[in-house]
Amino acid sequence: MIDSVLVANRGEIARRVLRAARAMGIRSIAVYSEADAGWPHVREADEAVAIGPAPARESYLSIEHILDAARRTGARAIHPGYGFLSENWRFAKACEEAGLVFVGPSWQVIQQMGDKVGARAHMQRAGVPIVPGSDGPVASLEEAARVASRIGYPLMLKAAAGGGGIGMVRVADESGLAQAYATAERRARAAFGSSALFIERYLIEPRHIEVQVFGDGRGQVVHLHERDCSIQRRHQKVVEESPAPRLPAGLKQRLTAAAVTGARAVQYTNAGTMEFIVQGEEFYFLEMNTRLQVEHPVTEEVTGLDIVQAQLLVASGEPLPWRQEDIVQRGAAIECRIYAEDPAKNFMPSPGTLTRWVAPSGPGIRVESGVAEGCQVSVHYDPLLAKLVAAGATRDEAIARMEHALESFVVEGLRTVIPFHRRVMASAAFREGRTHTQMVEEGAFNA
Amino acid sequence: MPEEVKAHITGVVFQITSKPGDSVAAGDPVIVLESMKMEIPVEAPRAGTVREIKVAEGQTVQEGDTVAVLD
Repeated sequence: MIDSVLVANRGEIARRVLRAARAMGIRSIAVYSEADAGWPHVREADEAVAIGPAPARESYLSIEHILDAARRTGARAIHPGYGFLSENWRFAKACEEAGLVFVGPSWQVIQQMGDKVGARAHMQRAGVPIVPGSDGPVASLEEAARVASRIGYPLMLKAAAGGGGIGMVRVADESGLAQAYATAERRARAAFGSSALFIERYLIEPRHIEVQVFGDGRGQVVHLHERDCSIQRRHQKVVEESPAPRLPAGLKQRLTAAAVTGARAVQYTNAGTMEFIVQGEEFYFLEMNTRLQVEHPVTEEVTGLDIVQAQLLVASGEPLPWRQEDIVQRGAAIECRIYAEDPAKNFMPSPGTLTRWVAPSGPGIRVESGVAEGCQVSVHYDPLLAKLVAAGATRDEAIARMEHALESFVVEGLRTVIPFHRRVMASAAFREGRTHTQMVEEGAFNA
Repeated sequence: MPEEVKAHITGVVFQITSKPGDSVAAGDPVIVLESMKMEIPVEAPRAGTVREIKVAEGQTVQEGDTVAVLD
C-alpha cells in the first residue's frame, strides 16, 4: 500500500480525498495557493505546502510547483481530484517520471480519451454507439458544410481539444453555419490553443446519463450503475441522481454493458465515467472522464461503496475490491451542487466573503463542503462551495429530504443557487423524472 | 453626455476588446471579465464612442466599478 498521498486540489474534493486517506491510515499532504491559506482543506491534512499565488496557473495548475511539493514532503502518490490537472496527461506522465503513483488511469489513456475526436473513433471501433457527426476534425468551412448536409441540422460545433461544454456552438440551419464556424474556431483557440473543430448532430431534449466504471488495468472492469445528470446550465451539471428515473431495464442494461465494453477496450485503470446522451431508446457516447467525478457521492450512496478509498487501493496495485455481482443499487440519491452563482442573473458568478454558513444535517443527508464561515470565495476558482446529497429508500423520500435540507441551508455573504434547486425539487418535471439537458436554458425552473 | 460603463460582477479583466475612439453599439462587449472560470463580457449600455478604458488586463474589479467611459 502507498503510505502517503499529496492531494493536488482544493475545496470540497481535496477534503473528500483527505478523509479517505485518513480512514486508510495514509499520511496526507495538502497544497494551497495564497488565497486558500486559511481554508479547511489546509487544516485537515497531516502536512500542507504553499504552492504559489492565487491564480490557478501559478499554483494548482503548476506541474512544477506540485511535483516540488511532493518531493519536499516525500509523498508517494498524487491524487489529482477533478478539474485542474486531473485530465492533463503531461502531469500524469511527469508524476510517473518522478517515481510517483498517479491516482488515476495511465497517462496514455488520459491522452487518448482527452482527444475527443480520437476517443469517439476509438469507441466506435469498440462497438459503442456515437452521435452522428464528422469522422474527425473538419479542415475547413467547406468541409463542415458537406458534413452538415449529410448529418442534418441542428448541429453542434465542438472544440476537438475541448471538454466541459466550453467552446461549443449550436447551429440551427445552413444560414448560420459560416458565422458559427468562425465563433467556434475563435473560442477553441482561446480556450485550448487549437482551433480544430468537429461536428455532431444536435439532439432535441436529450437526457445525460453516465455510467461509473472502475478498472484494474488488466482488462477487469466493473460498473457502479448509472447517474442521470440532465439538469445542466452552460452544459455543466447542477443536479445529479442515481438511479436514473424512468430508465427502462433493457436500456439500462445496454448502457452499462456499453460503458464496460468501452472502458475495457482502453484497458482502463481506476475510476472513470462513460458519459452518454440518451434520446428515447437510443444512446450515444459523449466522452469519457478519466478521473473521479464531482457527482461520485450519489453512486456511493446507492451502492454503499467508497469510490475514493477504492481509488487509493487500486493505485497501490491491489486488485479491484468488488466483483460485479457485489455492486447493488439500493434506494435513490440526489445531489444538488451549491454554486456561488446568482440564479436570478442567469447564473452569474457571485464571489464574496461567507459571513454565515449553516449546512443541513439529518437522516440521509450528506454535505461535501469545501468552505467554512469567514472564507473569502474568490474570483480565481470554480464557484462550487459544496455538494448537498440526499438519499432515501425511494426517490420520493430522497426528494423530500432534499427539500427540507435546502430549506434549512443558511448561506450569507454571497448568492447561491439554493433557490433554483428548491424550484427544481418542487417542479412536476423533476418529480416525474421527465428532465432533459435543455430545460434550464429554456427557463423551465425560472422563478 | 459621457456615460460610465460599470462592471456588473466582480472579476479579473481578461481581455480589453475596445480602445479609445472605437464606435460601439448597445450590447457590444467593451471588456471581458473572468470570474470563477467564466468569461463574462461587460457590454456597452448604449451606442457611442469609447472615450476611456479605465482598467488594465489582469486587474481585479469589483461589482459596480467603472471600467470604461463612453461619449
